[in-house]
Amino acid sequence: MAKFKKKKGGETPAISTASLPDIVFMLLFFFMVATVMRDNTLMVQNTLPAADQIQKLDKKDRVMYIYAGKPSSRYADKYGNQARIQLNDKFATVGDVGAFVLAERASKRQELQNVLTTALKVDGDTNMGLISDIKQELRQVNALKINYTTRVGDYTQNMKN
Amino acid sequence: MAKRAAPEVNAGSMADIAFLLLIFFLVTTTIETDSGINRKLPPTDEIVDTPIIKERNIFTVVVNKNNQFLVEEKPLEISEIREQAIAFLDNGGGVGDEACDYCQGAKDPSSSDNPEKAIISLKNNRETSYKVYIAVQNELVAAYNDLRDREFVRLNPLLGLTFVEANKRYADPRTTPEEKERLKPKLAEVKLMFPQKLSEAEPSKNN
Repeated sequence: MAKFKKKKGGETPAISTASLPDIVFMLLFFFMVATVMRDNTLMVQNTLPAADQIQKLDKKDRVMYIYAGKPSSRYADKYGNQARIQLNDKFATVGDVGAFVLAERASKRQELQNVLTTALKVDGDTNMGLISDIKQELRQVNALKINYTTRVGDYTQNMKN
Repeated sequence: MAKRAAPEVNAGSMADIAFLLLIFFLVTTTIETDSGINRKLPPTDEIVDTPIIKERNIFTVVVNKNNQFLVEEKPLEISEIREQAIAFLDNGGGVGDEACDYCQGAKDPSSSDNPEKAIISLKNNRETSYKVYIAVQNELVAAYNDLRDREFVRLNPLLGLTFVEANKRYADPRTTPEEKERLKPKLAEVKLMFPQKLSEAEPSKNN
């Protein structure tokens, strides 16, 4: 009996935290691999519309991004609440789109210059007029492959206001 | 001099450093939504002689500034557009050279001759909202995809894939070149049966 009592009297051993760094490192590596660094900070509201007949965009180096939407609340007092275009880190007008595309194209490797896609990341509440203007500009510089970037979802989500 | 053993580096703070890095990456991570509807814009060069297209081969969709739809001159709900577009594309009303042997539609002489001739024309107003435009685009692409799926499964019943799935596999960089080579002619065949002819008019300022 005495033997059993001895065991019971012992303190509960502390949980070993020796493997904690390993676990944390595992998580760390996961996030490091999965992270895509944002190269532009968004200055416009960007709630993408939903669609379900979508195709994945191929590699990131073959894509250039054009953002559009109402300026986000930080910039609203300076730039107003009309929908605007954002190229890289600046607000731009429709006339700048052509030059932007040409500059982006020139910065890519030669073999990629003909396969570039322009991804339009446009806020759902933007009027089509702005998008048509962008499309006309893209046609002028012969950037004909475009992608309307969307969220995955049913189209009926778009019909609610 | 007696050799002294090098003291062990204290690894107790390793977890803290790792946590710090982990939190940094957690905060900066944005799961990018890089998928969407692919489109090709028409080139700018003017076509000198506009081809004559019969009225019955055009399916007009108009979206006005209040986001209402007019399909073939009739007001319609968006939920009906896909069905109507499929009925139009799959009609196969042509006779003789223009007959379509794989169409399963109503063969209505007042609708499209065959899918190769059928054109969907989409016109929107400058004040149409972008999300409604995307919804229409989505439904029209869905109409094409539904028909292509049907034909793809009919032609390749043993593959166990629909057109959309096969296309996704074809675009996937992990697919082997041999499989791509096998899929390519099958996809091209179905694309030829139902070519995506979606024309977009310049948006109007009024109505």
